[in-house]
Amino acid sequence: MSSRKERVRGFITSMFFTDPGTVLGEDDSLLQLQIVDSTGFLELVGFLESEFGIKVDDEEMLPENLDTLACIDAFLERKLGAEAGR
Amino acid sequence: MIGALRHRGPDGFGFHLAPGVGLAHARLSIIDLVTGDQPIRNETGSVQVVFNGEIFNYEALRATLQLHGHCFYTASDTEVIVHAYEQYGLDFVDHLNGQFAIALWDADRRRLVLARDRAGIRPLLYAQTAEGLAFASEAKALFAGGVLAPRIDLLGVAEVATFWSCIAPRTPFIGVSALPPGSVAVLESGHLRVRRYWDWSFDIDPELAGPPDEAVERLRELFLDAVRLQLRADVPVGTYLSGGLDSSAVTAAAQRAGQPHLNTFSIAFQDREFDESPFQRQMASHLGTKHTSVAIPSAQIGEALPRALWHIESPLVRTAGIPLMLLADEVRRQGIKVVLTGEGADEVFGGYDIFKEARIRRFWGRQPRSTCRPALLGQLYGYVENSPTRMGRLTSVWFEQGITEPADPWFAHRLRWNTTQRALRLLSADARASVDRQHPLGQLMELAPRPEARWNALGRDQYVEASTLLPGYLLHAQGDRVAMAASIEGRFPFLDHRLIEFAGRMPPAWKLRGLEEKYLLRRAVRDWLPDAVSDRRKQPYRAPDAECFFQAGRPLDYVAEALSAGRLRDAGIFDVAAVDRLTAKCRIGAAIGFADNMAFLIVLTTQMLHDQYVRGSEVAVKGS
Repeated sequence: MSSRKERVRGFITSMFFTDPGTVLGEDDSLLQLQIVDSTGFLELVGFLESEFGIKVDDEEMLPENLDTLACIDAFLERKLGAEAGR
Repeated sequence: MIGALRHRGPDGFGFHLAPGVGLAHARLSIIDLVTGDQPIRNETGSVQVVFNGEIFNYEALRATLQLHGHCFYTASDTEVIVHAYEQYGLDFVDHLNGQFAIALWDADRRRLVLARDRAGIRPLLYAQTAEGLAFASEAKALFAGGVLAPRIDLLGVAEVATFWSCIAPRTPFIGVSALPPGSVAVLESGHLRVRRYWDWSFDIDPELAGPPDEAVERLRELFLDAVRLQLRADVPVGTYLSGGLDSSAVTAAAQRAGQPHLNTFSIAFQDREFDESPFQRQMASHLGTKHTSVAIPSAQIGEALPRALWHIESPLVRTAGIPLMLLADEVRRQGIKVVLTGEGADEVFGGYDIFKEARIRRFWGRQPRSTCRPALLGQLYGYVENSPTRMGRLTSVWFEQGITEPADPWFAHRLRWNTTQRALRLLSADARASVDRQHPLGQLMELAPRPEARWNALGRDQYVEASTLLPGYLLHAQGDRVAMAASIEGRFPFLDHRLIEFAGRMPPAWKLRGLEEKYLLRRAVRDWLPDAVSDRRKQPYRAPDAECFFQAGRPLDYVAEALSAGRLRDAGIFDVAAVDRLTAKCRIGAAIGFADNMAFLIVLTTQMLHDQYVRGSEVAVKGS
């Protein structure tokens, strides 16, 4: 697993409530498991922007970009690739 | 016991002692300062009563009872209780318009009667032990009297971490019960019976169909009469002016009801997200009241929490009661004992965003694939800096939960309770197991009051709101307890039961018209208020939360102590590592959402309640 994904996982498990003993899987839905609520996504986006130097546009705030570790990582991959290619 | 309640009645004590019974009373003298000392008795002394509160219709009721031949020896409102009981038996409560916690002893029947007002304004707690039944306005009196030892009820904490308060009869203390609002308890031959004599109802009256013009008039009359009755006092009366529609309407009505030179009071915050002082000044200036604005910095909220919590006797989800306690201190300093407020209007007339949110979600649930319908959510919670509706499609995914189950009795409230329940994840393994043994942790919401399925959707949502948050939190932690901490009596004209019942019979569109809240009330009082106030959208009163307990990135001393690993382990309620993570997040100012702030408050205040009451620590009462 990439260290990038671990950084995101570390942020989520330290900043949001998870049931004791929960191991956050790559495809676990943050919304369905009620780990992150809609305000929590503001925190998550703030973290991604400062940690990875990206800018998340309003139209990118979608479940398919932010709802699971795998989605977030793929989203970061695209964003970082695109910004590196500029 | 009664000494522990001196703050509720600093003007004198009274007692009635007889074989098998003892009544004690701490008096806050407001009506009949000369002959109104309690207990008050009937003609023969066989019926004795102590009570906290007011019977607002006592003059009319007194006249009726005199026609029935009852003789009065005082000018107090208390005495009508005695004679109404003699006249109407246990149905006497149906004749009372007021806010009350009553204890009545009928020596002939050897019967103790406890009664509480309809909306749950005045508290009444009791404990049954092997020695008998003890009752008091606050739990601290039961503990001081040695009736029982304080122990935290973990299911009570879990209820707070769901509904924002316990649901009566449960309290945060094992063995201490709250008499539910609108209930009478009768103790006879050692057997206690509790009966609900009144409840909120939302059956629409077909006669109220059609244009609402007549209803606007009727509402205005009823409201003015409620305010007129509630101004009755033999001491100066003031009002709270929050800057919103409800308290402005109460103040304007009080002036019309014969109090032209009112003292008004309000709270100002530094943070513009919470501050409403421009509207308060505008309203005070419009009405020409003698206005006092008390600026409350976050640090003062942090300092005052221990004292407030001692009075509130419950874990808290919000700090908002603390500034109200500090405001009551100022009211008292100015020699005023009674304040009227706008509390209750949002429950009665449909003012909260949660009602609009539910309306949008039900509308959306009829076409779940619609993208236009959830877009309406963007109109809500504009007063919240980090609004939960500002996340585009992610907002939709959150609010979409449950939309296809419109008949769910708790349709409107499950999302709110979900957010609060995040705090349950901080419980220690032992505490979780303990709660689970009393009631399955995953089914706590089933403990909520259940509205009648036949009521309209808004009525069902109003019922849940008025049966949970109103008595358990607003009238308690932001109402009675924080006002009484400063020996101030709050009065709430919108909770006059005639108004509640009238509004309950209205078509829902007279309350929530589209997404415009309190439509009929707004029309009824529009002429009394500046447009900027009468047209203003609802902004719930809130105060800064977790930030109040940190200075320069460090927790206040008592906070650090209450949340230390040793104290957490000693209480055994919360998981040390989980609390440490949350505290670290709050310390750096990263707790921006409701869930974090509420969880932090719940943990901190539960720990402190344990310290103050269970450990008997002296840490926390400084300043009281």
